[in-house]
Amino acid sequence: MDIFLQQVINGLTLGSVYAIVALGYTMVYGIIQLINFAHGEVVMLGAMVAFSVIGALAGTTLPPLVIVLAGVLAAIPACMLVGYAMERVAYRPLRGAPRLAPLITAIGISIILQHVAMLVWSRSPLAFPQIIPLVRFYIGGAIITGVQIAIILTSFMMMGALTLLVYRTKLGIAMRATSQNPHVAGLMGIDIDRIISFTFIVGAALAAVAGVMVGTYYGIAHYSMGSLLGMKAFSAAVLGGIGNLAGAMLGGILLGVVEALGAGYIGDLTNNVFGSNYQDVFAFMVLIAVLVFRPSGLLGERVGDRA
Amino acid sequence: MNLFSHPRAKWIGVALIAIALIGLPFALSSVGTAWVRIANLAILFVFLSLGLNIVVGFAGLLDLGYIAFYAVGAYAYALLASPHFDLHLPFWVILPIGALVACLFGILLGTPTLKLRGDYLAIVTLGFGEIVRIFLNNLSQPINITNGPQGISRIDPFSFGSFSFSQNETIGGIMFSGPIKYYYILLALLLLAIVVNLRLQHSRIGRAWEAIREDEVAARAMGIDTTRIKLLAFAMGASFGGIAGGMFAAIQGFISPESFVLVESIMVLSMVVLGGMGNVWGVVLGAVLLSFVPELLRYTVEPLQKYIFGRSIIEPEVIRMLLFGLALVLMMLYRPAGLLPSAVRKRELAKDAE
Amino acid sequence: MKRRGFSLAIFAAIAALTLTGCGEEKKPEPVAAAAPPPPPAPMVVKIGHVGPLTGGIAHLGKDNENGARLAVEEANATGLKLGGKSVKLELITEDDQADPKVGTTVAQKLVDAKVAGVVGHLNSGVTIPASSIYNQAGIPMVSGSATNPQLTEQGFKNVFRVVGRDDQQGPAIASYLASEVKPKTVAVIDDATAYGEGLANEVEKTLKAAGVKVLPREKGTDKTADFKAILTKLKGKKPDAVFYGGMDATGGPLMKQGRELGIKAVFAFGDGACTDKMQELAGNSAEGLLCSQAGLPVQAANKKFLNAYKAKFNIDPILYAPFTYDAANLLIESMKKADSADPAKYLPELAKISYDGASGKIEFDDKGDRKDAEMTIFTMKGGKIEPIAIIKGGKTIKFEDFIKAAEAATPAEAPKAAAEPMKAEEPVKK
Repeated sequence: MDIFLQQVINGLTLGSVYAIVALGYTMVYGIIQLINFAHGEVVMLGAMVAFSVIGALAGTTLPPLVIVLAGVLAAIPACMLVGYAMERVAYRPLRGAPRLAPLITAIGISIILQHVAMLVWSRSPLAFPQIIPLVRFYIGGAIITGVQIAIILTSFMMMGALTLLVYRTKLGIAMRATSQNPHVAGLMGIDIDRIISFTFIVGAALAAVAGVMVGTYYGIAHYSMGSLLGMKAFSAAVLGGIGNLAGAMLGGILLGVVEALGAGYIGDLTNNVFGSNYQDVFAFMVLIAVLVFRPSGLLGERVGDRA
Repeated sequence: MNLFSHPRAKWIGVALIAIALIGLPFALSSVGTAWVRIANLAILFVFLSLGLNIVVGFAGLLDLGYIAFYAVGAYAYALLASPHFDLHLPFWVILPIGALVACLFGILLGTPTLKLRGDYLAIVTLGFGEIVRIFLNNLSQPINITNGPQGISRIDPFSFGSFSFSQNETIGGIMFSGPIKYYYILLALLLLAIVVNLRLQHSRIGRAWEAIREDEVAARAMGIDTTRIKLLAFAMGASFGGIAGGMFAAIQGFISPESFVLVESIMVLSMVVLGGMGNVWGVVLGAVLLSFVPELLRYTVEPLQKYIFGRSIIEPEVIRMLLFGLALVLMMLYRPAGLLPSAVRKRELAKDAE
Repeated sequence: MKRRGFSLAIFAAIAALTLTGCGEEKKPEPVAAAAPPPPPAPMVVKIGHVGPLTGGIAHLGKDNENGARLAVEEANATGLKLGGKSVKLELITEDDQADPKVGTTVAQKLVDAKVAGVVGHLNSGVTIPASSIYNQAGIPMVSGSATNPQLTEQGFKNVFRVVGRDDQQGPAIASYLASEVKPKTVAVIDDATAYGEGLANEVEKTLKAAGVKVLPREKGTDKTADFKAILTKLKGKKPDAVFYGGMDATGGPLMKQGRELGIKAVFAFGDGACTDKMQELAGNSAEGLLCSQAGLPVQAANKKFLNAYKAKFNIDPILYAPFTYDAANLLIESMKKADSADPAKYLPELAKISYDGASGKIEFDDKGDRKDAEMTIFTMKGGKIEPIAIIKGGKTIKFEDFIKAAEAATPAEAPKAAAEPMKAEEPVKK
């Protein structure tokens, strides 16, 4: 039982990271129906920038929390800038172009970001400096570390803040209006371009935080960490119902738990015919299954009609 | 098709090209047989790009897992012509089998996903590509089918009886090295593929694909069985990938799952996009250009950097990937129809610009 | 009409492109080796070296190249005579980018350049397809670092390696584990790459033969950062030791997460994770890990080589340099014995050579593998990996004893260097 609990804790931690990344996908999708393929790379950039700052400060006598915070505060604006630039350069000129076009630029941007990161930070992985003391808490025989608690708490706080932003502020109303119908929203005096830029910026800020979380959790960051993470987070967004904020959170956490339990138990269940070697397959299987049987996701409204 | 319709001038042009293509490997091997190998790989990429072009260019379905079919074809060849299962079927039997198996995989992927809209399809195909690779990597147990990450070695080369394509041989006083022999058979298959593609484009099916690409709802209203026709695009494209995979396995003699990663899918996509989606000649051009990029970089950027900085600062591999990325973005922004746009694409884009 | 214009333009472009490519190729093309030299100028014999000079393991590729270069330049300095003519060796280096496709292309380039022998490649996955090209051309190839057993199982007469095979390294760490740690249950994890899985298979085989219970295999990938699910599952099965076949980039996080989850087992790794980077990635959790490297540790390579390398390149050798140094020397030595640089003539000499190299005594078995290759076991101590034992012929020898014995055996070789403290020679592993 303690093993099961431990797997759930592992899954929750992983899932809250997925959820934060999935929010970025879902917001952009909700507003301009674009899968921002390069979103995973923004997460990677967030982790890399934060690691550089944290690595530089690790030698000082500052308390670890301050150092990590400094890393986050450096990563957020950097990612916001990248998110903004990405939208301006690669997506805005193609609004209204055939569907394929922005998808292809997104892939291009993703490749460029990855290789620029490789040039800046080299291919070898960056290690998170060993500054955070290992704190363990025991829950019914399972272990939860301080970092895990911090990750789960932060992600829930961010989800709360984002919900407030979208449903309780003027900006949020404008965002929702734009996603409903950009033309009418434009007629109502909403600056569509500004709202779309803003959405990208918020998504990128979330990605930056997610990058720091995942990097700190595993103690490692490298130039290619973003693509698989991005794919999984996207699957999570689809699972929850793309375009739906609560759906992204639910989908992220569910996917995290499914992965952890899958890797933990599938070997025993199938008599080791399948094992943890198929861990990365689960997300894609979930994605395909959802799209085939319930394309609108768990919490989504109908989407299938835009051919 | 048009290529062969005008009588004289056309034929002179065709003859000139034919002579150039036949002479090319000898010109190349006078510099180094390595260049013939590079040309062979380029032909393989042209082949792959033509296959992907059917899916992306003709039917307008963005497939990011295309390399999976290449992998399936390569493994089909490797399993049927290597000591792994101790099977040694001749290549003219296996290549069609490879095409068929890849085709089945195309249908397998297409059936559940074709109802999806474009961008979902892209990400599902991407996932599919990864799934295929992960399975190839792990099907070494409980029964050893693919030999897992160790890959399959000692794959038979193409051969007719005792005439092996991997051996050097002197025929009529001319020395034919292994790669040169492969060059000719690859070229022959490629020409066949080009003819098939050109025919396909202007056939009923080709026009149906075009109709779907332009407006699926309208196409359905016109009585086109969209699901079936889209499935056909996937199946056709996949078969090309399967054949290319088989050839790759034979030439390399060794394959392992690490040759079939996402980057390769994206490379092929870049070739199609750069050349011009939907235009067979454009795709050929794009594939040839991008296949030679790494070699060009090796002789230009690399020495240049050494000359200026005294050492290599940006690796050619990174430059190549950056070029691919830039090509995708810039082409979409400034020349979405590619270097050689297809006639329909031109019309379509002109319309969009209004 | 227009269409023809297009197609012609395409082919013109292709032709132009290939021709420019060729034009550039011509310049570096050196004089053919077979050309009879004018009497005063020495005959040039080319030796090829291939490894990844760009990409993720470029530093290892460069290290390999340095080893080969050192051997060639030493031979040139002492003067080499073959068939009565004085000979100048030339090292031709190529970059295979650790990619099998590029590997076969550059292998062909070396064959085109008419090299007399090849040192390389670095990665097994690249070496295997390339080896068949050398085989066809009849050019001897000696790898200093490709450890996959398949390489020499292909039956090629011209393929050799001076480094131990995975199925020699795996048993070494496994038997050390079995005899020193005495575990009842061992969990084996790999990264689903040719290297990681191959090594893990051998470890599992040896452990089972020693009567140790091995849990069903778990797998990550070479990019996995999250091993928590796997480790949690393993924790439930309470293994006494965990073996991971994979690189440091994944092995570090694995070990860190294992300790976070409170797994007390001994962690053991192969040479891919036998680096100081483990400490950087896993922090204090890395302390006490066991790992193995194929062959003697760089520190145990002969002092003459270490000093010469340091003097020439101003850095310490990283990993396989002693092996590529030996590989190049083996080619040169067998050319001397055959008194010819003709591959067909000196190949038989190479196959039956017995040579005292920087990495110990080298003889080949009939497959082309090194007979009785040594393996070294390391442990992480105070943030650095240190050799603790040498395994040779199934016997475990403590590292200090081995060094003492080696120094006693070859006192004449480098008496001054031997007197230096060991620490000074310790390489910086990256």
